Amino acid sequence: MQLRNKKMLCLPYSVFLVCFVLAPLFVIIYYALTNGEGRFTIENLTGFFGNPKTTGTLLYSLGIAVVTTSVCLLLAYPIAYILARGKLRHKSVVLMLFIMPMWINFTLRITALKEILTVIEGNLSFHPFLNTIIGMTYDFLPFMILPIYTTLLKIDKSLLEASSDLGADHVQTFFQVTLPLSVPGIISGIFMVFLPSMTNYVVLDMLYNSTYIMGSLIGAYFAAYDWHGGSMIALVLLAIILVFTLFTNRYADEDAGNSRGGVVSR
Amino acid sequence: MEQNASRENIIELKHISRTFDDGFRVVEDFNLTIKRGEFVTFLGPSGCGKTTTLRMIAGFDKPTEGELLLNGRDIRDLPPNKRPINTVFQRYALFPHLNVFDNIAFGLKLKKFAKTEIIKKVKKALEMVDLEGFEDRTIGTLSGGQQQRIAIARAIVNEPEILLLDEPLGALDLKMRKEMQLELKSMHQKLGITFIYVTHDQEEALTMSDKIVVMSEGKIQQTGTPEDIYNEPKNAFVADFIGESNIFSGIMTGKFRVRFCGAEFACVDDVEHGTMIDAVVRPEDVIITTPEKGTVKGKVTSVIFKGVHYEITVLSGKNEIVVQSTKKAEEGSEVGILIEPEGIHIMLAEDVVNRIETGLNKDYSLQFLDGALSCDLTELFPNASYNSNGVLVDAHGDVIDAEAVRIIVSVKPECIEMSDDKEAGLLCGHIINLIYKGDHYSYVVRTDEDEDFIVDDEYLWNMDDYVSLIIPKESFEYAVKK
Repeated sequence: MQLRNKKMLCLPYSVFLVCFVLAPLFVIIYYALTNGEGRFTIENLTGFFGNPKTTGTLLYSLGIAVVTTSVCLLLAYPIAYILARGKLRHKSVVLMLFIMPMWINFTLRITALKEILTVIEGNLSFHPFLNTIIGMTYDFLPFMILPIYTTLLKIDKSLLEASSDLGADHVQTFFQVTLPLSVPGIISGIFMVFLPSMTNYVVLDMLYNSTYIMGSLIGAYFAAYDWHGGSMIALVLLAIILVFTLFTNRYADEDAGNSRGGVVSR
Repeated sequence: MEQNASRENIIELKHISRTFDDGFRVVEDFNLTIKRGEFVTFLGPSGCGKTTTLRMIAGFDKPTEGELLLNGRDIRDLPPNKRPINTVFQRYALFPHLNVFDNIAFGLKLKKFAKTEIIKKVKKALEMVDLEGFEDRTIGTLSGGQQQRIAIARAIVNEPEILLLDEPLGALDLKMRKEMQLELKSMHQKLGITFIYVTHDQEEALTMSDKIVVMSEGKIQQTGTPEDIYNEPKNAFVADFIGESNIFSGIMTGKFRVRFCGAEFACVDDVEHGTMIDAVVRPEDVIITTPEKGTVKGKVTSVIFKGVHYEITVLSGKNEIVVQSTKKAEEGSEVGILIEPEGIHIMLAEDVVNRIETGLNKDYSLQFLDGALSCDLTELFPNASYNSNGVLVDAHGDVIDAEAVRIIVSVKPECIEMSDDKEAGLLCGHIINLIYKGDHYSYVVRTDEDEDFIVDDEYLWNMDDYVSLIIPKESFEYAVKK
């Protein structure tokens, strides 16, 4: 009886899930695999990969995502490390400074960035790739800092002492103990930056009205009433995300398994 | 001569002190010499500074004062990775991202040993801790005892000159702990390296060590072999901490004669007649006999079966005597108590007077904590008197400067009374220590002003009780600090 009551609590979300996630997904799959007359076809798929414009957009999006993620990682790790390890007196204040951009409205942030970049570069369309990277990095950096910071903070200090005790200097301790143990944080950071930066077209859209990225490409198809082609692109994107998730999850899981009970004795 | 000594002594701690940033003195004037190959144990309750001392030897902590000599060379500024010392950490600190082999090989790889050499050494270390074939296991799949052994293997594989062990058996169950104690001891004999071991478990210390350093509140209380520490404790703290003991206040009544518990006993310690002493009697050294044969008579108040022996409590007058005997006694029966001279250990009574240093106010009243006490200062300064202006002058007529004078106020522990009522006394504080002394308890009360007071009371209070101290004004004694 009690158990059934508890299960009832899931009902609102289940309804939400069915209405707004599962049903649209089936609609997308349906449209992706049919043509205008409602018959099954794989033309949409071949069409996507046969068209140099769409495959080019896919590669460009992947490129932006990879570069954004790398830049975020390179910027975030040292900051997270200093915040977690350094003897800063006002640690929470400094951390807040990095998180604060997240409090400001997204549109407002990008508009401000656009103005600043215009002042520096003159015309934004001269360096589309660079500007996209700057915009995305600006937007996603906190999502990379936070998970890395949290993992670094959780590393048992006695492990670093043990490393030093066994003869490692600071650099050796970093590469052999700190870095490997912060991999779960790095992975969740990559996860939180890579996927959104592949599809987030608002940044580009606002910086200079470009449609040269996956998210905006889907929008363009639907705007032209090609629901079948648009659905297929969405499906391809979904497949890429799925593969990526499975891949990173495997790594994250392995690491979580290792740290179970290793540090804390039972 | 000098060189011989330094070759024999592996590590020397000279006047080592460590003060934390908040001003707390964890270790105070620590002096110790450890010989090559010795098994030394730092023993004391938690917070006594033993782990901090170990961390200073390892290099994780730096002494604020003093010298730390390794093979005669000062290593104060040497980082931990440059010291030929390895540590077995309290909670093992095994690297969770590496398997057993890589954990043990960690130090060897850093020292750039050849691969075949590393494999050989790791194998030997695993044999040493009885975990052959565990190379490929991940740390998460090991039990606590196995992790413990890997931690030891990881340390000894580097062949350090000194092995530091920080309460390594604390997380193991009793049976495993006993096993590991013996194994560590035999490992020490096999390896021949110096072991420095930290524990709060007195039995562990007595079982394994060549030398025990008993610590309390950052200071060494006694250093000696397990037998010395057990049979000849230097003070009440050591006697109370090591093993069970009866501690009685008493007085020397002649050569090898001592009086406590309302009777006279023969003893083997030669202490001057009339000296106030504390007598330590181990429960196993007390013999229960018939009332006629006993030196002291008493009534059995409780009998508890403890497996190997009975723990019998006998009340004689106001003194409680704990006895361990293999023979059962009837509760409520009258018995006699005998103690062999060898069973009595005499300690000089500690300086048991509370002293507070204080100054004078301008009006010659005494500053006492937050308040002022009036006292007749003419008693303190011979022939001093107040002149017509109310100023104190000494025998020569010179003015005594109130601000330059320091007064020592002393109170005897038995004059102070404790109360639950916070308004009742002058001071309030927490009980931080208690030792039973036969017919009364000796407490240490740390007041809110951070002063420690020794208080004798016949009633039992609990550790950490918040009490107020009632000190009758007549019991104060004053003296001028010279």
